[in-house]
Amino acid sequence: MNELIDHIKARFPIYDVIESQPGQIFVSLEASKLIPMITSLKTNHGFTVLVIFTAVDWIEDDKFQITYVLNNPKEKQDLGIRVFIHRDDATMESIHHLWKHAATFQRELKEMFGIDFPGSPGVDDPFLLEGWDNIPPMRRDFDTKKYSEETYFPRPGRETNDPATFMKQMLYPDD
Amino acid sequence: MSEKKQTEQDKFLAPENKKHTVIGPDGEEIQVDPLNDYFCTDLPKVEAPYKGVLEKFLNWARAESLWVLSYGTGCGSIELPPLFSPRFDAYRFGVAMRPTPRQSGVLIISGYLAVKTLKRVIRSYEQMQNPKYVIALGSCTINGGMYWDSYNTINRLDHYLPVDVYIAGCMPRPEAILAGFNKLKERIKSGNAEGANEYIEKLEWYKANQKKIIKDWNMPTYNW
Repeated sequence: MNELIDHIKARFPIYDVIESQPGQIFVSLEASKLIPMITSLKTNHGFTVLVIFTAVDWIEDDKFQITYVLNNPKEKQDLGIRVFIHRDDATMESIHHLWKHAATFQRELKEMFGIDFPGSPGVDDPFLLEGWDNIPPMRRDFDTKKYSEETYFPRPGRETNDPATFMKQMLYPDD
Repeated sequence: MSEKKQTEQDKFLAPENKKHTVIGPDGEEIQVDPLNDYFCTDLPKVEAPYKGVLEKFLNWARAESLWVLSYGTGCGSIELPPLFSPRFDAYRFGVAMRPTPRQSGVLIISGYLAVKTLKRVIRSYEQMQNPKYVIALGSCTINGGMYWDSYNTINRLDHYLPVDVYIAGCMPRPEAILAGFNKLKERIKSGNAEGANEYIEKLEWYKANQKKIIKDWNMPTYNW
């Protein structure tokens, strides 16, 4: 695994190399270098499986982190690649030409985070949220509780009493 | 329907439901508006129950043969297969599963209901024939349950469909569901299970609630 990292390091500007457990390494990379790097990993280094491909909203840094986890079934190695893109005008290159099922991940990311993947098949079609007209719900500035209360007719709950204040009122009503 | 509203609805229509031209067998061109031509645009009318002994007899017959639509919306649908296994054996109560809404009289909403699923549920419910009953399983249908603050799960089912029996729990076990069926039987026999008529009487209110959350409404107002 370390040989592999050295080999990649010589060719691509990776940083923040973290070995989270034996056989599993996470690296960070500039977004523009991603396609050459995973193409090379898939064709030359045996990372043939795209395990998962998801996003994290770092709203404080005004960034989206997109994580690609690749697996090498022969060597039993996992390699996670993190790229960071800006939150406003979030656009990333599509990888559906490398793995067909990436198009489904990209469709979901478009819907849930609003990250656009130009050229990915069916990326604008609704996936789970048919007719959604708000900001994408997985963005952290979307207030899901407020939206639910405004939209879905919440049932008023029963009245509860905080024991301390209740007993205080019972015992010392004048205070 | 105004011009603007028409185009708004057209945006969500499936390609086969948009206005289009069909070539007939002799080569003639026919303009087709599927929502008006293929579907019935009339709204349903209230079917008043019979009076006296006849209605009592009919209600007894309805209560003893509950045909359930095999349609699971959430995690509660996993409790239904054991219900029909020898251990719980719902058949002895006259409860049977049917594969299509046209043949069934009971719709079980089993668990949480996403907006996307609600659209299919409404279609299924409206395609069922009178008299029809709704059983709501689990706390998600009562107040949203653990999805009470979710962006995509409804909180109260009774705002969208008339519910006859709620079965509380997360999830209710098959015994609880059997008890629920018995409760529904009592309700039908007492003549109180008029959910289908209630739905038609308050159709405007139900439709307003449904259209408030189903923003891509692309079906007829009432799905016969």
